[in-house]
Amino acid sequence: MSTNGDAPLVEVESLVKYFPIKSGLLSREVGRVHAVDDVTFSVREGETLGLVGESGCGKSTLGRTVLRLLDPTSGDVKFRGRSIAKLRRRELRPVRREMQMVFQDPYASLNPRKRVGSIIAAPLQIHGVGDKKERRKQVQDLLQTVGLSPEHYNRFPHEFSGGQRQRIGVARALALRPKLIVADEPVSALDVSIQSQMLNLLDDLQEEFNLTYIFIAHDLGVVRHVSDRIAVMYLGKLVELSPAEELYERPIMPYTEALLSAVPIPDPDLSDQRERIVLEGDVPSPINPPSGCRFHPRCRYMTDICAQVEPPLVDYGNGHLAACHHPLNVDKETLDRVKVSKLHTPAAADESAKPRDTSGESPGSGHLEV
Amino acid sequence: MAEPLLEVKNLKVSFRTEDGVVKAVDGVSFTLSPREVLGIVGESGSGKSVTMMSVLRLINDPNMQVEGEVIYKGRDVMKLDKDQMQEVRGGDIAMIFQDPMTSMNPVYRIGDQIAEAILTHQDVDKRTAHKRAVDLLKQVGIPQAETRVDDFPHQFSGGMRQRAMIAMALANNPDILIADEPTTALDVTIQAQIIELLDKLKDDFGSAIILITHDLGVVADIADRIAVMYAGRIVEFGAKRDLFYDPQHPYTWGLLGSIPRLDRPKTARLHSIEGMPPSLISPPQGCKFRPRCPHAFEKCMEEPELVSRVDKRDHLDRCWLEPATKRVARYQTIEGGQAA
Repeated sequence: MSTNGDAPLVEVESLVKYFPIKSGLLSREVGRVHAVDDVTFSVREGETLGLVGESGCGKSTLGRTVLRLLDPTSGDVKFRGRSIAKLRRRELRPVRREMQMVFQDPYASLNPRKRVGSIIAAPLQIHGVGDKKERRKQVQDLLQTVGLSPEHYNRFPHEFSGGQRQRIGVARALALRPKLIVADEPVSALDVSIQSQMLNLLDDLQEEFNLTYIFIAHDLGVVRHVSDRIAVMYLGKLVELSPAEELYERPIMPYTEALLSAVPIPDPDLSDQRERIVLEGDVPSPINPPSGCRFHPRCRYMTDICAQVEPPLVDYGNGHLAACHHPLNVDKETLDRVKVSKLHTPAAADESAKPRDTSGESPGSGHLEV
Repeated sequence: MAEPLLEVKNLKVSFRTEDGVVKAVDGVSFTLSPREVLGIVGESGSGKSVTMMSVLRLINDPNMQVEGEVIYKGRDVMKLDKDQMQEVRGGDIAMIFQDPMTSMNPVYRIGDQIAEAILTHQDVDKRTAHKRAVDLLKQVGIPQAETRVDDFPHQFSGGMRQRAMIAMALANNPDILIADEPTTALDVTIQAQIIELLDKLKDDFGSAIILITHDLGVVADIADRIAVMYAGRIVEFGAKRDLFYDPQHPYTWGLLGSIPRLDRPKTARLHSIEGMPPSLISPPQGCKFRPRCPHAFEKCMEEPELVSRVDKRDHLDRCWLEPATKRVARYQTIEGGQAA
C-alpha cells in the first residue's frame, strides 16, 4: 500500500445516489430523491475536508455513501486507489476497519442498554482483535485518549452528558485505528462551550493518529476551524470547493456567500454593520430539483441563463472550484481565462485553468482531480 | 426605568430526587420592561429553561418546590388560581419551544392548532379564528398561507414549523413572548431567518421577548439586555453592549471565547471551558464556577453576591476579581491570547 503523502486517500468520482420513491401495489418507481448527484472530489491523507450545506442537501448521504454504508447508484469511490463501490460484503470488511464514522446525535447513536465498555469494544470484537482482556485494556486506553476516565468502563450511556457521549462515539470510531473518519455533524447537538472542547479533541486526535477527516456540518464557523479544504453542497450538487481560508475571504458561489452571512457573530456592532443575506424559503425538494442551477430560485443574482443551463464546476485557480454563472469575487483576468477554457471540452478546460499551487503551506492547498 | 412588565424576585426551584435535592434555580431575580428583548444565556442544565417554565408554571412535578415571586401586572403569578393562570398562559405570556417537531400535535392541522389558541382566549367564532390563523401564518412568512393552513405539521419543514409555532404564540397578541432555544434545532440559514422574524414581529406586535439560548452569537443582534446563567444563578447581567464589550465574569469570557469566529483570523485552538457544569445536588463550595475557572483564588471559596459595578449601576456580576485584573485576564480568554 502506498502511503506517500501525495496520493489521495479517498477519491470520489461522479458519485450518484438516488433513492427511489415507490408507490402502489406493484411498488412502481414513481420518482427519485436526487440525494447526491454527480459529485467528484478527493481527500488527501491527513487532510480535513469540510462538507457544508443545509439540511437535505445530501451531505450526510454523501458521507455514508463514501463509507459504503449506502450503495451508490452510479459512480465510484476509491479508497487508497482501490474501488470500493462494488466490493462484496466480505471483501469490504478489511476496508471497513480503516474507515469509521462519528454520528450527530450522541443520544441516539449509543445503545442505551449496553455498557460503555462493550459499546467501544464492539468494533474490536467484530473484527476479532485481541482477547477479552486485551480488548478491555484497549478500551480503557481509548477512554483516556478521548478525555474520559477508565473507570467509566462499566457505566451506561445515560449516565453521561451530551459532550461525554460524543466522546464515547469518538472512542468507538477510533477503536480500530482507522485512517479515515467521517464525522457527521459531531458538534451540532452540543452547547457552544462543549463544542469547542470537542473540536479541540478532534484536532488533537488527528495529529496523534494521523487521521483524515471528512467533517460534515451546516455551520461554516465550525467547519472553518477544523478544515483544510471545504466543499459546499446544495441539493445534491457540489457547488463550491476551495482551500478553507480562501472560501471565507472570497466565496465565488452566491450560496456560499449567503451561508457565510448567516453565521452569527458575537459582536453587536460588527453584526449590525455587516450585510445579512437572508435566504428566502427552504431548500427545494430534491425529488424535482429546479432546472439549470439548482440554487437559482433563492439566488439574488439570478438571471435567465440560471434557470436554463446548469453551470459546470469550473476551476478558478489555486484549487478553488465553483459552479455558477455569476461568480463573485473573481477578477477579470481569471474570468477571461475561465471563459476561454470553457469553450474547450470540460476536461481540457480544467487542465488549462489549473495553475498548480506550489506554495504548499498545508496539505489543504492540494488541487482537485476532476 | 419604566414600570417593569414582569418582575421575578428571588426565584428558587428545586426538585427532590433519589440522589438528593436538585437546586435547578437558586435565587434568580430580574425585571423585564415592555417591548424589551432579554437574552438568557447559559449551558444545558444552567437552569435557564426551568426559570422560564416556572414563571409560566408549566412544570407539574410533585417533587418540585418553588419559592419567590413572579409579579406580572401587579399580581403574583405564583398565587393565581387555575383559571386565572390559564388566562395569563398563552394569552398574556406565550412560549415557544426548542423542538418544533414535538411541540405541535401531529394529528391536527396547523390552522386548527392556531385557531384553538385563539378560541381559548378570545370570544370569536370559528370562522374568524381560522381567518386570523391564515393572517398570522402570512405574517410569519409562510408562503401560500391560505392553502398551507390546512397542512399537518409533518408537511412543514423544521423552519416553517418554528414559524407556525411563533404564529401560534402570537395569536393573542401577548405582552411577553418567551422563546426557549427557538433556533437550536435549525440550520444556520434558517436560524438567521427566525431571528430576523422575531426582530420584526416584536415591533409588529409590541411584545417583549425573552430569548433563551446557549449561543451568545444568537442574541448579539436582537437582545437589549442579557443575563448569563450558570448553575442555577445569574452570574452576569447587563446591557448588550456592556456584556459583549466589557464582560465582567470569567464564565462569560469563556462563552465568548468558545465561539469559532468568522470575523477574526483563525486561531490554532479554540478556547474551551474545561470540565463540565457542576452537580446541582452538591454544588461546589463558594463560587459555583470556581472549579472550572482559570482565575480562581482563595477568596472564591466564599460565594460572591451579584453586585453592580461601581461605575455602572445596571451592570451586575458575581465575581471576586478586581476590575483591573479582569481587564487583563479576559483579554487572554476572549482573544485567545492573540494580539488583536
